[in-house]
Amino acid sequence: MKADIQLRPSQYRGAALLLFLLSLVVLETLFWGHNPASQNLDQAFHAPTLAEPLGTDQFGRSNLARLSSALQTSILMAVFSVLTSATLGVSLGVVAGWKRGWIDRILSIVVNILLALPGLVLVLLFGALVPGSFFILYVAISLVLWVEYFRVIRARTITVMNSPEVEASLLYGFGPWYVFKRHLWPACKKDIYTLACFGAGNSVLALASIGFVYVGLRPPHAELGLMMVELFPYYSDAAWVLLQPLTAVILLVLGFHLIAGGERE
Amino acid sequence: MIKQILLRRTAQAAFVAWSVGTLTFIMMRLLPGDFAYRIAAGRYGYDYVSQAAAEAVRADLGLDRPAIVQYLEWLVNLLRFNLGDSLVSENPVTQELAHQLGSSLELAVFASFFALLIAVPVGLYAGRHTGEAGDRLSLMVSVILRAQPVFVIGLLMVLAFSLQLGWFPVAGFGSSEYLILPALSLALTLAALSSRMIRNSTCDVLASPFYRFARFKGLTEQQAFTHHASPNIALPVVAFVSIQAINLIEGIVMIESLFSWPGIGHALAHAIFARDVPMIQGAALVMGLIFVAINTVADLIVFKLDPRQREEALS
Repeated sequence: MKADIQLRPSQYRGAALLLFLLSLVVLETLFWGHNPASQNLDQAFHAPTLAEPLGTDQFGRSNLARLSSALQTSILMAVFSVLTSATLGVSLGVVAGWKRGWIDRILSIVVNILLALPGLVLVLLFGALVPGSFFILYVAISLVLWVEYFRVIRARTITVMNSPEVEASLLYGFGPWYVFKRHLWPACKKDIYTLACFGAGNSVLALASIGFVYVGLRPPHAELGLMMVELFPYYSDAAWVLLQPLTAVILLVLGFHLIAGGERE
Repeated sequence: MIKQILLRRTAQAAFVAWSVGTLTFIMMRLLPGDFAYRIAAGRYGYDYVSQAAAEAVRADLGLDRPAIVQYLEWLVNLLRFNLGDSLVSENPVTQELAHQLGSSLELAVFASFFALLIAVPVGLYAGRHTGEAGDRLSLMVSVILRAQPVFVIGLLMVLAFSLQLGWFPVAGFGSSEYLILPALSLALTLAALSSRMIRNSTCDVLASPFYRFARFKGLTEQQAFTHHASPNIALPVVAFVSIQAINLIEGIVMIESLFSWPGIGHALAHAIFARDVPMIQGAALVMGLIFVAINTVADLIVFKLDPRQREEALS
């Protein structure tokens, strides 16, 4: 049973990247524990020292603390929205593909409405709805992400339900839970896993993107996209500070994409 | 069959118009805070907002009427191609959008063109040399490019080519040198995905029995490639365009904001700040329609390329 969970080297690399970023957060809290919002204007753009391993930003705030706080925000957002969208998308996809009929038609209409707009535009609209709210952004990102699961799982369910194996199971009188566990879940779990990893990457990208156009979380909150806009004017004073959130976004998303398994060669 | 495609896509366009209008309408009504104050702030500046100014805005726009009346009014106006007036500039939204649409399309066309210039040779090369160094390198570059939001590429471009090297202006609009950096940033993200798509398609076709037969019956590699491989490589790639359309439109929002490119995406971000509802609806609507238009074109090209679809329609 376990034999099919064979990780590729690229997946190990992705996991290592994520572990590295997580350890940054853990080490920061354990050994430094600075307040990401506390300012110290005499110390603006101070070079890295032992007390401030990543230096300080334009207000003399600890870069390490800000980066760690921003990473926590992004990772939490990724975990929450992936869990929500996967649960919603998979359960609705199974229901629509299994029952068909009116419930399938209604769900397909909802999906078409959501697909009529590019996801980011939808998240932007929600960001405008309640400015600076983590919760609303989480709702918006989950709302965009679940569609993918729904479409894949619905299609899978339709094929699986028409297979002779399921017909046999149903004839033997097995219940829906058995059919789901025995036939649907094994057919879908790889897709769900891949979609979840890409979804995590996409939610990080979406959060940073709307932070970057100033519609997302508000200062003094540390958020990767927001940090970039804030630090951009100071690039000539301290380009290395601007590079920190840039690198963090790239590594974080790269980590998720690599874990997803990349491309089948 | 072409008629069917057009009919289906027209219905989709109407659906987009309705859903965008309804969705933005509901969401903007749910916004916290007094609507009129926000719009007054957008019009006169945040320092000049007063009770009187807000009341003037309210009376002027009829914001005190029931929401349902305002919504039905919007729908009727939509049927007449009237999207209302911008709450901030007070010009008709259609007029402003028509102006911005030109700039956005210019950016989109150049970005897609650059993307093809990059993706086609890279994809074909990698597909013909799978597993070799070039293929692996292109995979690595593509994975890294995809792992970042499009604006990071834009930012790095600005840092490198404008601020350090001084080759291109940072932001602005007008002559062609303003176009290159934003279009190239967008093109790189698009090419990251489509080059791999072209590579996989090439690889599949070259390994297929029909291609081997074409070579076997005596066609030169050049002939076999032009007549048998290229249309079959193009098919999945064109069908893939609809996924790229989402990336393109989302990219346009980010890139236009970064480079202050006076297009629809820039307008949308601005309208969201000012709570300029008609502009938000208009901009979102136009983006939805561009999306449908791109998909329609992709459908038509697939139809032209693939005789099997035409035969299916006739039988």
